[in-house]
Amino acid sequence: MRPILLIDFGSTYTKVTAVDVDAPALLGTASSYTTVQTDVGEGLARAVAQLEGQTGKLDYAERYACSSAAGGLRMVTCGLVPELTAEAAKQASLGAGAKVVGVYSYQLTEDDLDEIAAARPDIVLLTGGTDGGNRDCILHNAEMLAGVPGDFPVVVAGNRAAARGCQRLLAQKETLLCENVMPRFGVLNIDPAQQKIRDIFLDRIIRAKGLSQASELVSGILMPTPSAMLAAMTLLADGLEGEPGIGELLAVDLGGATTDVYSIASGMPKQLDTVYKGLPEPYAKRTVEGDIGMRYSIHGILEAAGLDRVAQLAELPPETVRQMVEDLAAHTDKLPDSAAGRQLDFALASLAVETAVARHAGTIEQTYTPVGLTYVQTGKDLSDVRRIIATGGALIHAPRPEEAVRHALWSPADPISLRPKQAQVWVDRHYILAAMGLLAEHHPKAALQMMKRELTCDGNSK
Amino acid sequence: MEQKTLVIGVIGADVHAVGIKILDHAFTDAGFNVINLGVMVSQEEYIAAAIESDADAIVVSSLYGHGELDCRGLRQKCDEAGLEGILLYVGGNIVVGKQPFEGVERRFLAMGFDRVFPPGTSPETTIASLKKDLGVE
Repeated sequence: MRPILLIDFGSTYTKVTAVDVDAPALLGTASSYTTVQTDVGEGLARAVAQLEGQTGKLDYAERYACSSAAGGLRMVTCGLVPELTAEAAKQASLGAGAKVVGVYSYQLTEDDLDEIAAARPDIVLLTGGTDGGNRDCILHNAEMLAGVPGDFPVVVAGNRAAARGCQRLLAQKETLLCENVMPRFGVLNIDPAQQKIRDIFLDRIIRAKGLSQASELVSGILMPTPSAMLAAMTLLADGLEGEPGIGELLAVDLGGATTDVYSIASGMPKQLDTVYKGLPEPYAKRTVEGDIGMRYSIHGILEAAGLDRVAQLAELPPETVRQMVEDLAAHTDKLPDSAAGRQLDFALASLAVETAVARHAGTIEQTYTPVGLTYVQTGKDLSDVRRIIATGGALIHAPRPEEAVRHALWSPADPISLRPKQAQVWVDRHYILAAMGLLAEHHPKAALQMMKRELTCDGNSK
Repeated sequence: MEQKTLVIGVIGADVHAVGIKILDHAFTDAGFNVINLGVMVSQEEYIAAAIESDADAIVVSSLYGHGELDCRGLRQKCDEAGLEGILLYVGGNIVVGKQPFEGVERRFLAMGFDRVFPPGTSPETTIASLKKDLGVE
């Protein structure tokens, strides 16, 4: 037996997972409040004590952690054209596990600078122009950013012809140069920028957030939590040599404040009569809906889906739903304690999943041209994805999670949305996926085997 | 010579995919940096690509007869987007039916295109014009 402790410092809870990598087997999970104000070690010690109540005393061979505590990894991105480099920069940041607190395109204005200063970013990602393309915009923006107060590093990943120029203009700040996020028109190259973001996270963000006491307790804080989740999903889909993955998948992580959606799928057009429009999207794609969540962002669900649909799905009168929603928004830690409360949570979870997945997936539209019917696709085609993973406290503890997650599927009410046509739903019942992404860093095979076993265990629908 | 960048594509709901590939090869062989947007290209896509790549010219193809509707306002949108003075070409079967080319050319020049090419123009002709207008050679 070789026990390893995996820790997720969340914004609210510190979650711990103990595994035995020799078996491999899940030994136990526990959680306690995150104590970032005083010493994160306190919350961790409480969580571990609770864990060892189940497992008995364990002598951990290794300890790894991921973190989204203290506001997560806050990033601001700047690009040139909104649909092109600004979008590429946003994709790069989301894929690196960041919380994107501002996306800017074209020339930054003085008002933008005030906003950026107020957003207190941990990192700014500066892009713009293809290699050999536009230089003026990124140079202007570098000059403007130099005047923003705050000790944030700037990752420069735009037109290579302007990189050194940007560095000189930003001499007062730490700058890191890397390859362009869009070196040629329509080519997405986000891995180098993501690697730089991760390096900065390891080097200085952890220290700046008061998490360094914790990093002494563990072998290392390896990555932001969403990045661990993306790593876990990629491993689960693609597999390893000798240990196959489960193939293309979609994952929904529903929380109280935000909803994350991950897709590991190519998503390119499948038919010759389909024309693809827009920037190609990453194979491993993450989107975050900041306005969709079960408690803090409960009004966003209502706005997106409409009161009538929530009421219909909850089988409650609209007026009752409105009152209950106000109550939940005011008492964000409230769990349903009545049949009506459970019905409402089911409806909210269903519609949160529907909204977030519809925004994540691409669309296809018919166009009649003089030579006949043609299809135009934008974004990823997920219609052939056959597996959906459900995770996040608000979803796995929601009433009837499988049924709620089925709202991720294609529906005739929204025929142009390229959501999966049919799929198995697998629920992350023990909430271990982020931990498995961490474990995968050093023990990918054990992580993959455990995920496959956990997700397909009893109670998961076919 | 400094390499000049061209944004090319077939405008509107036009799916003629072969000619634009031939132009892509011909322009690339002639030493241009070519950004080929393919078929069914909207005015906004030409403009976005031209901004991001700091293009020197936009070359619009249209082969299905509706070019006149599709091309209207492109020059004005370019001006609005900060691409003042960018070279604009259009060519192909750009109007409905057979019409005298002089009239067609006049209408497209009035729309703000710098050059208009009739059906059956060989790539060499367009390349020669590009080189002249962009001051190459």
